[in-house]
Amino acid sequence: MDFATILQQLGSGMLKTVGIFLWTLVLSLPLGLLISFGRMSKNRLVAVIFKFYISIMRGTPLMLQLLVVYFGPYYLFGINISGSYRFVAIIIGFVLNYAAYFAEIYRSGIESMPIGQYEAAKILGYSRTQTFIKIILPQVIKRILPSVTNEVITLVKDTSLAFSLAYMEMFTIAKQIAAAQTTMMPFVVAAVFYYIFNLLVAVVMERIEKSLDYYK
Amino acid sequence: MNILEINHMKKAFHGLEVLKDISLTVKEGEVVSIIGPSGSGKSTLLRCATMLEKMDGGDLIYMGEYAAKDEGGKSVYAEKPELKKFHHYFGLVFQNFQLFPHYSVLKNITDAPVSVDKISKKEAYERADRLLKQLGLSDKRDAYPYQLSGGQQQRVSIARALALQPKILFFDEPTSALDPILTSEVLKVIKELAEQKMTMIIVTHEMEFAKELSDRIIFMEEGIIQEQGTPEEIFASENPRIRDFIGKFKS
Repeated sequence: MDFATILQQLGSGMLKTVGIFLWTLVLSLPLGLLISFGRMSKNRLVAVIFKFYISIMRGTPLMLQLLVVYFGPYYLFGINISGSYRFVAIIIGFVLNYAAYFAEIYRSGIESMPIGQYEAAKILGYSRTQTFIKIILPQVIKRILPSVTNEVITLVKDTSLAFSLAYMEMFTIAKQIAAAQTTMMPFVVAAVFYYIFNLLVAVVMERIEKSLDYYK
Repeated sequence: MNILEINHMKKAFHGLEVLKDISLTVKEGEVVSIIGPSGSGKSTLLRCATMLEKMDGGDLIYMGEYAAKDEGGKSVYAEKPELKKFHHYFGLVFQNFQLFPHYSVLKNITDAPVSVDKISKKEAYERADRLLKQLGLSDKRDAYPYQLSGGQQQRVSIARALALQPKILFFDEPTSALDPILTSEVLKVIKELAEQKMTMIIVTHEMEFAKELSDRIIFMEEGIIQEQGTPEEIFASENPRIRDFIGKFKS
């Protein structure tokens, strides 16, 4: 198999890798915010439930979580798994896991906000929702951006875990070609791909950070 | 007309009585300074009056309307939608400014009038420009808070409070975070407001300033008003605690 063919085969996998990445980000970023609200709830029971959830998600391997999400419906409830569920399971697994990490990042940012900002807003008559959306959240986003960048970079590399459900993203394909052709080449291509992907992520995140540099 | 009336205000934190029995009336156009040692309850009084804290007992009355009414020794607050109205009556200037760092000076001043009071952007901008001119900040209109000195930040926060056209303005040690030069520029602004007959309650450690500007000075200690009167009366007081307190600031 020549280099062009390897690239072509890996190319279709790359699109799927990017798909996992984007879907996970788009869904887990807002879900993480909701989970952080649950984690910070004044209702003790709610707070404890969310704390437990975060603890499980952070305390067990993502690969194991993916297997549970994928095979769980069959093993637990005897529901037959269709092929189309594979991708859905991957996204559910990634989103649930990443939302837990993002929740803790949001929480750290929200709790680091000086109480005076809430009080100033209250005196000026802002409602609680207005205060959060207009005053608190923009400042929180600026504060947590470096931690979010870290997670996003990890996510790029974690997409390779989808191989455990035999989903044909790039890494799964790379492994198959390498095994069939006894060549290192697919792994080299995969490494270069992840590296460039993360370089792009870093550039984009840096741009976003710069765009928030107008205040301190 | 009484802008503010407080009757028998009480507040305790974890069993510790910070305000024991505070009664206080402020008439329109009056400037009242509150002095007293740290921990005497001055800030708590302001925080209860501006509803950042809920008082345990007593009445809180603005413009003759009850924000909270004492019923059997306990303060019962008005319903939430009703309470919103009271935020139009007062403003509060914080010790450490609490400007919104992600908003420009102009937006800090105009955002609440536009998004809370729903006045037109045009009018909010006109108000802001008038205030900025009055407070000598016209050239800082588009600056962000971090680009300003502490004194400028505090003047912006005064402008932000005034933009909502409150009936009464509270100051919680407005110059404590500032060096003497910046302090004088903020005090000058407050003095100008006093000349324009703005109703104000000022918690301060600036004795000379309080003496010069106030219609009335309140000396607080251990959660009660020990004495109140005109600056002349307070500064000539025979009360040893007051003499002691004022003496410490003169040295």
